[in-house]
Amino acid sequence: MQNKTKIFLFVSLMILIAVFLVVDLVLGSVSIPSDKIIAILTGEDVKTSWNYIILNFRLPKAITAILVGAGLSVSGLMMQTLFRNPLAGPYVLGISSGASLGVALMVMASAILPGVFGAIYGFLGSWALVVSAIAGASVIFVIIGMASIRISDSVSLLIIGIMFGSITGAVVNILQYFSDPEQLQSFIVWTFGSLSGVTWNEMHLMAPVVVIGLLMSFILIKPLDALLLGENYARGVGISVNRTRIWVIISTALVAGTLTAFTGPIAFIGVAVPHMARAIFGTASHKVLLPAVVLIGAVLMLVCDILSQVPGNQTTLPINSVTAIFGGPVVIWVILRSRSVKASFS
Amino acid sequence: MTDNYFKDILETKGLSIGYKQKRSEDLCLLSDLNLTIRRGELVCLLGPNGSGKSTLMRTIAGLQTPLKGKTLVEGVPIRERNFSEIARLLSIVLTERLQVGNLSVYHIVSLGRHPYTSWMGRLSEKDESMIKWALEQVGLWPYVNKFINQLSDGERQRVMIAKALAQDTPLIMLDEPTAHLDLPNRVEIMRLLRNLAKETDKAILLSTHELDLALQAADIIWLMSKNSDLKIGAPEDLVLSGSIEQTFKNKSFNFDRKSGNFIMNYQKKQIVQLVGNDVMGFWTQRALSREGYQVTCEKTGNCSIHLKEDEMVWEIHKDGEVTQCRSIHDLLLGLNKKL
Repeated sequence: MQNKTKIFLFVSLMILIAVFLVVDLVLGSVSIPSDKIIAILTGEDVKTSWNYIILNFRLPKAITAILVGAGLSVSGLMMQTLFRNPLAGPYVLGISSGASLGVALMVMASAILPGVFGAIYGFLGSWALVVSAIAGASVIFVIIGMASIRISDSVSLLIIGIMFGSITGAVVNILQYFSDPEQLQSFIVWTFGSLSGVTWNEMHLMAPVVVIGLLMSFILIKPLDALLLGENYARGVGISVNRTRIWVIISTALVAGTLTAFTGPIAFIGVAVPHMARAIFGTASHKVLLPAVVLIGAVLMLVCDILSQVPGNQTTLPINSVTAIFGGPVVIWVILRSRSVKASFS
Repeated sequence: MTDNYFKDILETKGLSIGYKQKRSEDLCLLSDLNLTIRRGELVCLLGPNGSGKSTLMRTIAGLQTPLKGKTLVEGVPIRERNFSEIARLLSIVLTERLQVGNLSVYHIVSLGRHPYTSWMGRLSEKDESMIKWALEQVGLWPYVNKFINQLSDGERQRVMIAKALAQDTPLIMLDEPTAHLDLPNRVEIMRLLRNLAKETDKAILLSTHELDLALQAADIIWLMSKNSDLKIGAPEDLVLSGSIEQTFKNKSFNFDRKSGNFIMNYQKKQIVQLVGNDVMGFWTQRALSREGYQVTCEKTGNCSIHLKEDEMVWEIHKDGEVTQCRSIHDLLLGLNKKL
């Protein structure tokens, strides 16, 4: 593919982000004209309730969508390269299972052990879910991190990650079995994923952490490219595979762990977007793929957010289902057309 | 004599290779190796499967800890350096097939410049000219923008050799570089490597179990065999001393010192006299041996085969009776019927 074509694609993707960002802000249960939205964004006081809806509800939600799309896609790309596996994604090391375990403990164990957990729950207030998810993800991250120092082959690490996913999943099941319907529901709602739960307060923590994780991945472009040749060749051209692996895991844990904590586990994006990027840009080079997945992920997530607001209706669909229902066919179509999966992982 | 130029590129000092084991004594494959490779030398590490070729290669490349001793490349001890410093001293080409397809030839060869680029991986003019030079050396410059999955196995191997050349190291190590290739490609790769060693003055070490190619291309052979010391010498010296025969000895075939080939041992069933010489005689003899006849040029028994070279006709003389055959295939069928 010519460099000109690539630049054209990148510019188009950026324009798409701008367009969908505006559409995402326009659509909602309260209709606000688009010219007023631009006025509100530039700091004008149009109408107090409109200002509030745009600035404190729709804008953080749209930014969250962009961060989720970009972050999970980059994590997924790095995991697929590290494990040389087209099915790998940001959650493959059990980070999201750890987060769910944390949330499940917080939500449901407070019923079983009302004393301890109830007190913590009361103390943390609205941050309870976030803190518990971060705690759960961190525990898994520390375990996987220690394992990655001891274990020098990636496949074993992948299997250990999947095993941890199963173990935590089983513990969550047991908790669900013993908990009240009410608590069960609030846990299940968390697993649906939601972009609208992030307020500015939380954004102040989430955005910087995710951005730092993303910047780390851009430093990893060179070793990730070398890893495409396999671990032995990568060592042969002077890359420390172990160090690269640890940095990839740290970056993924920061990005995927934080996003899961604030939005719930959002599946699909992290596995699918890297494949779309390879198909569209026709290359495996990370110098192209990394910015590409950031942009494609952001576009896809904005579109999903727009689709999740059922037009002319107050309800919003759970984002986790929307990504799969609307994104799945797109990805299948792209992959069938270009056969890039076979070219990338043959 | 300037010492610098004649200095050996690779040197091992008292190197012992093998595996450290937790509960029992270390498993030592070879001990106290003092090996050297000079500039411009192509060395073939030759040995049957399971003789420890890979272990020796990995140990020399610093990927495996030696039980004792050390490896020096241009006087620098490998084990005391990190990956990126080692990558400027030696480059490797592996047997394993690349698992990625949608990378351009240029991109793959440019990965050889990794030890010299910054964390961004930006290529300088010098990097770019090295990549071009490397691709020209292996004759793949016209393919520079192709994807690796558009190339044949032989071309892929040449891309990886170009990657090693772009890495600009005094020592290039190749682990069974001809393993997946057909005969013309095998010969081509060996010829290429030999020329590269002579022209670039690099030291090239490759492991192989293909005796015939090693005998023809190598300056020096390191001969490994199970339960015996490493033997070192020019290919011809190792043939004359019988070391090659010893190493590859087997009950179903023999190594023929005269031709440098393996001859399979077939059960001999009948003595046949062959009258005639030259190319036709040579191939007729091969066919007869394969079918289990013991071929001689002296008069023996009552069966002989006469060659009419100008007509390409084979005559079977048996008990005064003469049968004419128009091909070796016919000849063998005719003989089987008669004897």
